[in-house]
Amino acid sequence: MIFKGKAHKYYDNIDTDVIIPARYLNTSDPNELAKHCLEDLDKEFVNKVQKGDILVAGKNFGCGSSREHAPIAIKACGVSCVVAKSFARIFYRNAINIGLPIVECEEAVDGIEAGDEVEVDLVNGIIKNLTKGKEFKAKPFPEFMQNIMKAGGLIEFVKGELKKDA
Amino acid sequence: MTKPMTMSQKILAYHAGKEYVEPGDLIFANVDLVLGNDVTTPVAIKEFEKIGIDRVFDKDKIAIVPDHFTPNKDIKSAQQCKMVREFAKKYEITNYFEVGEMGIEHALLPEKGLVVPGDLVIGADSHTCTYGALGAFSTGIGSTDMACAMATGKCWFKVPEAIKFILYGKKTGWTSGKDIILHIIGMIGVDGALYKSMEYTGEGLKSLSMDDRFTIANMAIEAGAKNGIFEVDEKTIEYVKQHSTKPYKIFKADEDAEYSQVFEIDISKIRPTVAFPHLPENTKTIDEITEKIYIDQVVIGSCTNGRIEDLRIAAKILKGRKVKKGLRCIIFPTTQNIYKQALKEGLIEIFIDAGCVVSTPTCGPCLGGHMGILADGEKALATTNRNFVGRMGHPNSEVYLSSPAIAAASAVLGYIGSPEELGMKGDDE
Repeated sequence: MIFKGKAHKYYDNIDTDVIIPARYLNTSDPNELAKHCLEDLDKEFVNKVQKGDILVAGKNFGCGSSREHAPIAIKACGVSCVVAKSFARIFYRNAINIGLPIVECEEAVDGIEAGDEVEVDLVNGIIKNLTKGKEFKAKPFPEFMQNIMKAGGLIEFVKGELKKDA
Repeated sequence: MTKPMTMSQKILAYHAGKEYVEPGDLIFANVDLVLGNDVTTPVAIKEFEKIGIDRVFDKDKIAIVPDHFTPNKDIKSAQQCKMVREFAKKYEITNYFEVGEMGIEHALLPEKGLVVPGDLVIGADSHTCTYGALGAFSTGIGSTDMACAMATGKCWFKVPEAIKFILYGKKTGWTSGKDIILHIIGMIGVDGALYKSMEYTGEGLKSLSMDDRFTIANMAIEAGAKNGIFEVDEKTIEYVKQHSTKPYKIFKADEDAEYSQVFEIDISKIRPTVAFPHLPENTKTIDEITEKIYIDQVVIGSCTNGRIEDLRIAAKILKGRKVKKGLRCIIFPTTQNIYKQALKEGLIEIFIDAGCVVSTPTCGPCLGGHMGILADGEKALATTNRNFVGRMGHPNSEVYLSSPAIAAASAVLGYIGSPEELGMKGDDE
């Protein structure tokens, strides 16, 4: 699981209300949600973001609501991975459950600027800033969560478990 | 011999069928109740259908409450609610609450007796942590978690470390549960309890009503916490006996349980507190607000502060007074029962006479859904739980958070102020 793309960088406490404002929660269509991703924070984001790009943010990313629409919107607009100093816990589990890769690494966030080319190796926890030639070590993903991600998200994981029980 | 455990550890261990769980452990545990609303359930239904089974794990242990965009604000919302209603019918969900019998989910479930001490509850709504007031472990999860739990009755958890809050002293003046939690969030920050459990204990609990405790547990998520939980006492048991026939189980933290932090808080020293835009941690006490902050709208209600005590306090202040000309004051009783109780007590008439509008229960205004959206540049004071950018409407609007007492007084004054400015002393004076 290696991702490579251009970094889009934002600050601390990016909440789910700015990731996907409640006024758009009368739909759950990923493509509709993707059109409004981060709209109240940066109107240009959806025009700038390209497939494979990496979202970089400060601490407590995704705080607030339990709306899974937030990681869905981020994934659907093409972001391959989110690197933050820390994640709010419901966002964290929602991202794992839907298969949106996320990594916590304070040093990497401080060492990446908007526009830098970044590579993230999820399994080994290695983040490279290719533009600046720097490498950062994040905590590798726990095996438990790697298994969910490998299965393609929690639904596929649970399907496997239900089969075992049968 | 197992090692000592916190209240949260004990409830999680019990539901995972283990004698002991350690902070950081990743476990699967059986849940007693799975909750969803009209915004999160549609996503869960789509995921549930992908699993490919034709039954839910237990039709009595799922609660679905359409409360966010209801009564439906537009066609898309109506479609979402229709999808939820049909799902509830197909799987014979016992606890599906239609408009007319509903309420805002986190006030409704305890009122209906669906949560009791010792329960493990998950809900696809971040304020599911409210039921910690009853000594249950309850936490917000997402739609995929909801789908999997509806299928299997299980959910994965990372066992949290805990922060202990020892409360002592008694509330004074106009101070309420809301002021206590805003004070705590101001103190530890919006990520101060990230991934952790907030456990409340101490003799100060005696002066807190159940409504105070629901408010405090409700906003645990605003400090980043996984859950907020109160030690069970006579008041909890009294509440449970009045509302439920479900058997309950009391879990008490071991004396020597380990906490990552311990705070001792004298609640007699806490003054009414207001959170400034755009984070719940930007708090000031009412005495620290020296400038006049003029507001366009006051909202009293939501899963945080729309319970009967909240309405009684607001009515006490609004009785015989008028809402400032040009200001909108919107009041939302949180459940149909609370609405009826407020009618009986004459509170609704007081609100209408003061120039307020009273609405059916809905989450609408809290999250900028409907029934009270702010325009560009407008300011609101609300008893809700969040004041993020664009939370209540236009991205250039601003939301301040307070208790019902401060909100009601401010509706009369036209700017953020206390009932003391209206010459009203608090209950204890």
